[in-house]
Amino acid sequence: MSRKSTSRKVSRRAVLAGTAAGAAAALTRFSAPAIAQAEPFKLGLLTVKTGPLAQGGIQMEQGVLTFLKEKNYTMAGRKVDFISADTGGNPAGTKTKAQELVERDKVDVILGPLAAFELYAISDYIKEQKMPTLSLAAADNLTQRTPNPFLLRASATSSQAMHPMGHYAATELKYKRAFCIVEDFAFGYEQMGGFQASFTKDGGCVVNKLWPPLVTPDYTPYIAQISDCDVVCQGFAGSNPLRFMKQYAAAGLKYPVVTGETGGDDALLKSYGEEAIGLVSCCPYTLDLPIDGNQRFIDGMLKNYDTVPGQYAGLLYVNCQVVEAALKAAGDATDKEKFMTALKAVSLTDTPRGPLKFDHFGNVVGNFYIRRIGTEGAKYGLKLWNKTIKTYENVSQFWDWPEQEYLAHPVYSRDYPPLTKC
Amino acid sequence: MTFWLLLTVNSVTFGGLLFLLSAGFSLIFGLMRIPNLTHGSMFMVGAYLGTTFFSGALGFTLNFWLGAILTALEVAVLGALMERLLLRRLAGQQLAQVLVTLGVSFMVADLCLMAWGGDPISVETPPGLGGFIRIGTAAAPLYRLAIIGIAVVFAIALWLMLERTRLGAMIRAGVDDPQMARVVGIRVSQLFTIVFGLGAGLAGFAGVIGSPILSVYPGLDQDMLPLALVVVILGGTGSLLGSFVGSIIVGFIYNFGQALVPELAYFILFLPMVLVLVLRPQGLFGGQVL
Repeated sequence: MSRKSTSRKVSRRAVLAGTAAGAAAALTRFSAPAIAQAEPFKLGLLTVKTGPLAQGGIQMEQGVLTFLKEKNYTMAGRKVDFISADTGGNPAGTKTKAQELVERDKVDVILGPLAAFELYAISDYIKEQKMPTLSLAAADNLTQRTPNPFLLRASATSSQAMHPMGHYAATELKYKRAFCIVEDFAFGYEQMGGFQASFTKDGGCVVNKLWPPLVTPDYTPYIAQISDCDVVCQGFAGSNPLRFMKQYAAAGLKYPVVTGETGGDDALLKSYGEEAIGLVSCCPYTLDLPIDGNQRFIDGMLKNYDTVPGQYAGLLYVNCQVVEAALKAAGDATDKEKFMTALKAVSLTDTPRGPLKFDHFGNVVGNFYIRRIGTEGAKYGLKLWNKTIKTYENVSQFWDWPEQEYLAHPVYSRDYPPLTKC
Repeated sequence: MTFWLLLTVNSVTFGGLLFLLSAGFSLIFGLMRIPNLTHGSMFMVGAYLGTTFFSGALGFTLNFWLGAILTALEVAVLGALMERLLLRRLAGQQLAQVLVTLGVSFMVADLCLMAWGGDPISVETPPGLGGFIRIGTAAAPLYRLAIIGIAVVFAIALWLMLERTRLGAMIRAGVDDPQMARVVGIRVSQLFTIVFGLGAGLAGFAGVIGSPILSVYPGLDQDMLPLALVVVILGGTGSLLGSFVGSIIVGFIYNFGQALVPELAYFILFLPMVLVLVLRPQGLFGGQVL
């Protein structure tokens, strides 16, 4: 316990030190007319460090700091000023903090925010300010039907991981009837929409979809309704998957469970117990990826924070790599439109999530990993391990539909795609 | 059939857990006339302290029940201290007291986040209670049945305390009419500390008991507090019977409401509260302690 709290203190101190160094640098800038190159690159982060979303938010910051420490606080040869802002996990706070980052701190690029409703709150603002933003939030339409030209998403849309999950469940696991359960908000609708679309395309059928409220201390009333299926698809986020899986097992249900990126996140492995064994998930990041880029990142996280990372840290580290690559290509970031073009042109191979590039909307095209939780191969002091059982390469947000055909449908919602009779 | 049975067992269980949480809340509300908004925090602190005792992070591992009792004592002391050091200074200013409890609840939430981190913590079901009882095709988890037993034991113990002891008589007098109680020589301010400590301890205990079902995570406090509020408004402030009946009612409404009309989950939960406020503002059993 105490170890954890120290690690947070260290991280806060590091941020403080970072900001202090930035302030000092800003002062010296006035005293000595420096050459343009010497001016630090300003990296802003919108994250959540207080309240219920803090677990993911703190990981986001750790991912960025792990990258910066590895690079000795430089990007493409330029010193980096890192400014981290705590949005409190609410849209109003996000707007305020985004304004602070843009207008007071004059950052060159924003990483974050975490949640879709936070991103919606600042979407117009970043467009108006022409502020390149590398978001973790998954809201589908911001890189689809109502694209924001200043948004880049190196993580995934809400449905992007669920498309391969639905395909795998139907074709390789041979499930026919799925029962879906997920929180009653946009991220949930879009996840289940994606699952349903690809699962039914490959011959499966969704029996029913349930939408418990975001805050549901006890899922048993919902679990009691699960019947007449051969697989359950859950898309819970935050600490909810933990509680769902436990209560699901406690109710004695035996249907296999599949899930998306948040339900099977590696950061949950240390909290999950026996009830999670056998859980199959699809995720854009996996601890199990044996490439140098990932090992370097994991070692950094273990060294700096003594914590096994999940996708929030992993994907923010990836975001930093993307920014660095674009900075190298563009030379500097003063011309926002030029920098944005450079960002969209980035193509990397040695990232913690493997190779990635971007489509013309600024959304990632990359690998998605199907994993199954078991005890075999567990590393870093964990008892459970997400073992990769299949890798889908070059997955775009449109899955295998042609872009035009995909965009002709409405965005996934509670009612789309509609339930059909099975 | 399985469906109904599972829901019924679960409703009673959840009601039992809510009773442990809200009995103290109700007494504090009845006696001190303030909704103690730290009550959810006490629940969460209890749950976190419990996980610390079970995880062996302190160098030893406590038995589940021993850990639960020790946690209850610790949280009771915390509650009593809070009453002595903070609320006492604002005696009589109910609005200020409510704001202080709200402020403390935010501080506690972030202190917990700093101490235990943001990762959700899963708690093992105590040994021997991990299985099921099969009733036909339905499976009733043993642990959930045990919670019902614990709630009943606590209900009886609290009832005996209030009904048969001198302390209980003083509390009843205080809830009934604090001015009069003072006049006849009852040290009402001392009662405040005792009841606040008792209520906090019960909430902490409920936190530990609930943790194997709910797991422990930041935001648990804000999830539980509204439920305690609904129970107390439904049952009536300061009434033990009220919190018992209110808890069971809320347990049933919560479970059946979510299962049968999930779209209206929140609405269904708060509808009876609104009805009670309109038709019987003192609550079903308001104004009587037992």
